[in-house]
Amino acid sequence: MSEGRPRVGVVTFPGSLDDRDALWAVAFMGGEGVPLWHADHDLSGVDAVLLPGGFSYGDYLRTGAIARFAPIMEEVRDFVESGAPVVGICNGFQILCEAGLLPGALIRNRTLRFICRSVDVRVETSLSSLTEGLVPGEVLRIPVKHGEGQFVASSKDLERIEGEGLVTFRYCAPDGTVDDEHNVNGSANGIAGVRNARGNVVGLMPHPEHAVDPDVGPTGGQPLLASLLSRALMRS
Amino acid sequence: MGEEPLHRALGLTDDELEAIRATLGRDPNPNELAMYGAMWSEHCSYKSSKIHLRRLPTQGPHVLVGPGQDAGVVDVGDGLAVAFKMESHSHPSAIEPYQGAATGIGGIVRDIVAMGARPIASLDPLMFGPLTEERNRWLLEGVVAGIGGYGNCIGVPTVGGEVKFAEPHSTNPAINVMCVGIAPVGRLITADRQVHEGSLMVLIGASTGRDGIGGVSVLASRTIEEDAAESRPSVQIGDPFAEKLAIEACMELVERDLLEGLQDLGGAGLTCAVSESTARARLGVELNLDAVPLREPNLEVFEILTSESQERMLAIVRPELLDDVREVCTRWGLASAVVGKMVPGGKLTVERGGKVVAEVPARSLADEGPVYERTIEPPRGFAEILEDDPTFATVTADPREAFFAVLSSPNIASKRFVWEQYDYVVQGGTVVGPSADAAILRLDGTLKAIALSTDGKGRFGHLDPYLGAAHAVAEAARNVAVMGAEPLAITNCMNFGNPERPEVMWQFAESIQGMADACRAFGTPVTGGNVSFYNESGGSAIWPTPVIGMLGLIDDYRLLARPGFPEPRLLVYLLGETFAELGGSEFADVVLGRISGRPPALDLEREGALHGALIEAARGDLVASAHDCSDGGLAVALAESAMAGGTGFALALPGDVPWYVTLFAESASRAVVSVSPDRAGDLEALASAHRVPFSRIGETGGPRMVFDTLFETTVEEARAAYEEAIPKLLSG
Repeated sequence: MSEGRPRVGVVTFPGSLDDRDALWAVAFMGGEGVPLWHADHDLSGVDAVLLPGGFSYGDYLRTGAIARFAPIMEEVRDFVESGAPVVGICNGFQILCEAGLLPGALIRNRTLRFICRSVDVRVETSLSSLTEGLVPGEVLRIPVKHGEGQFVASSKDLERIEGEGLVTFRYCAPDGTVDDEHNVNGSANGIAGVRNARGNVVGLMPHPEHAVDPDVGPTGGQPLLASLLSRALMRS
Repeated sequence: MGEEPLHRALGLTDDELEAIRATLGRDPNPNELAMYGAMWSEHCSYKSSKIHLRRLPTQGPHVLVGPGQDAGVVDVGDGLAVAFKMESHSHPSAIEPYQGAATGIGGIVRDIVAMGARPIASLDPLMFGPLTEERNRWLLEGVVAGIGGYGNCIGVPTVGGEVKFAEPHSTNPAINVMCVGIAPVGRLITADRQVHEGSLMVLIGASTGRDGIGGVSVLASRTIEEDAAESRPSVQIGDPFAEKLAIEACMELVERDLLEGLQDLGGAGLTCAVSESTARARLGVELNLDAVPLREPNLEVFEILTSESQERMLAIVRPELLDDVREVCTRWGLASAVVGKMVPGGKLTVERGGKVVAEVPARSLADEGPVYERTIEPPRGFAEILEDDPTFATVTADPREAFFAVLSSPNIASKRFVWEQYDYVVQGGTVVGPSADAAILRLDGTLKAIALSTDGKGRFGHLDPYLGAAHAVAEAARNVAVMGAEPLAITNCMNFGNPERPEVMWQFAESIQGMADACRAFGTPVTGGNVSFYNESGGSAIWPTPVIGMLGLIDDYRLLARPGFPEPRLLVYLLGETFAELGGSEFADVVLGRISGRPPALDLEREGALHGALIEAARGDLVASAHDCSDGGLAVALAESAMAGGTGFALALPGDVPWYVTLFAESASRAVVSVSPDRAGDLEALASAHRVPFSRIGETGGPRMVFDTLFETTVEEARAAYEEAIPKLLSG
């Protein structure tokens, strides 16, 4: 443990793309990024785990469908059990849904095209490891880049997700209005991210790791990673 | 009807067969013929272009690796080197747009990896026929989806390029791709690296199948005619996941210094990689085809030798490091197989089932292909096209209507539909993405950034190939300079018709001269590139279009200049001068319906002076915005600055020049800059010091764009026209 900095493990699956970027962003925000390898049964004693974006195993089957069987996912499951913070970004979100650690699923965008764009998302709850200390209603600018980011769930599941307040982020206009025009991929109820009931597991399609350094983009990811780091610090 | 002799079926002429006989001292066997057919194809041997390419400047203080290797390499200081190269994948894309474009990305990325560099950016210059035709819409959608599908999946950001439209591209889209990589200088894998006798050739990555056989000779070195769809089996199929694993494995092999050589398997497959590596090492090789992992058991010898199956790399490894190399490959889930051994002599010996099935001097394949000095002749009717100059036409158009016609012309309009399908964010280095004059990527661990721009001037080239090429270099250099970067070097892709036609060869020779002169003037040597001939059907060729890929360098990326007007009450200046030059302009095409006349003149010295002024202005944080003024003229440059910054302007027009010249002439060597009033004096002094003419033409502010008393519109109205033009056309 270096100088009491929270340690965030970033898992590299074959085909992960934003793993190095996530490690960099954790360090930029004052944490210590710890590279983790999909084939290991070892989380190296980290305080939080981040599943990064990319196309694990090429995503030739359903996105995330193979990665959920990676050896390290057993450790991640136990880690979740223990209440530790786990965040999935983009492909990581898809993996968490496939693993049953988050509700819902992600299918091809409404336009059937890949989309790379900075979008606005509204924070819906402060009860998650990514949004602690944030005020519901706050609007953050963060890039999305995905071909399969349309959040869907059965009507029963969707009712439960909404009823239990599991929606963590929604796509919105710059003023926070949630409407169809700003729903970048056609997600149900504009959902951009969800949490589990306990709040320690969060998945989202936007990329907070690409929204920390003002030199290369918006900064809406800063408060999210700050929240994750403070959660992690509490465990370390 | 007599059967065609084998050598001709493989694309070799009778004379070429004789040359092979002379080299071998005997008749070549069919396997050897297949190898020569691939390596001596136009695509691999540059036999028509070689004598012209020699005229290009290739040396410079920054150049570490010039033409002839997988990619050019430039020293950018701080111990870092940038590798970059451009290629075309036009023929495959015309037949199967998604896979054609996708495998084009894969190939150029592996070229960068082969230099030991990590790919950090791609740019895609694309040229299609008009979107009013359904097939062209299908091609555009397929190509863009293929670029995104492959590029997004390998984690290399696609940060720029361009999309142009012209009728001659209806049958022959031009699909070019540039890739850029970075490496510590000491880690580069160049031809200087010594390869030892006894070292092993290790084939890494995908297994070898029947896909892409004859890619270089069937597709790339002939014209596409009606039976094109039958060539579909010659188009390769891409697997970006395998490519991503190959990139990571190769990067680890390079970082751990486990390799003596590394080359990708692209055009002409194993034959090309093995013969080039062997010739470069000045050694021979014993190649064992039994060791090549195959997708199906019954591949013929010539199929294994020329298959263009994707996602394969060839490494040269010392025997004592083999276990380490194979361990890295296994960890990344990649197959690796020892397929050959370096031996003294210079022979490439191919064995299968214990028998020698081919034996030829490696150099004769790689370096001693035929060289042709083809006949050159200017096309008929060339003078008439030049004389029919729209500059002297009677213009009755309404200025406001003309403005919107030009702004919403697909050549000018927003390409958001295209670049939003590309991940331009991954790797975290993109300071400026696809929407500006140049893409800016910072170099990790420094304040430096590279600036990248690709530019082709097909319409100018059609009217005057010399000027078209020179303008392409000038605009590419201007695009990096306007953001504050010093132009360092170029790569290129030469898109032309059938070189066996004297008019095409004339266009080629003129273009090379134009490029050479411009590159000399700006001190930007040519570090490599690609020649794409045979872009024609039924005797009708594409316009001669050299596409330039420019590499520039900024010392401190925080000082870069951006195109948007950032705030109101700035003074707007035009640097450079506007002349009565409407030939080849967007205005002449879409408003007057004429693609004729002389393209704008280009004074290379004035152009260079402008670059110097722009770079100094950015470094001194003098300008609030800076934007190239070229396609569509001043009106478009101003509108783009207004839209990018969300701030309007009021323009004062000079009284003694026709409005359509001021607004729409595409005179060279110009830029639109804005400056705060208290720095205006400094800007004028700087421009004067560089001998750059300037004029104060307006002021920023408000939601409107006011073109003197001619007409006015709003930024939002312009934005709607600009953004919606291409999506509207695509929806049919």
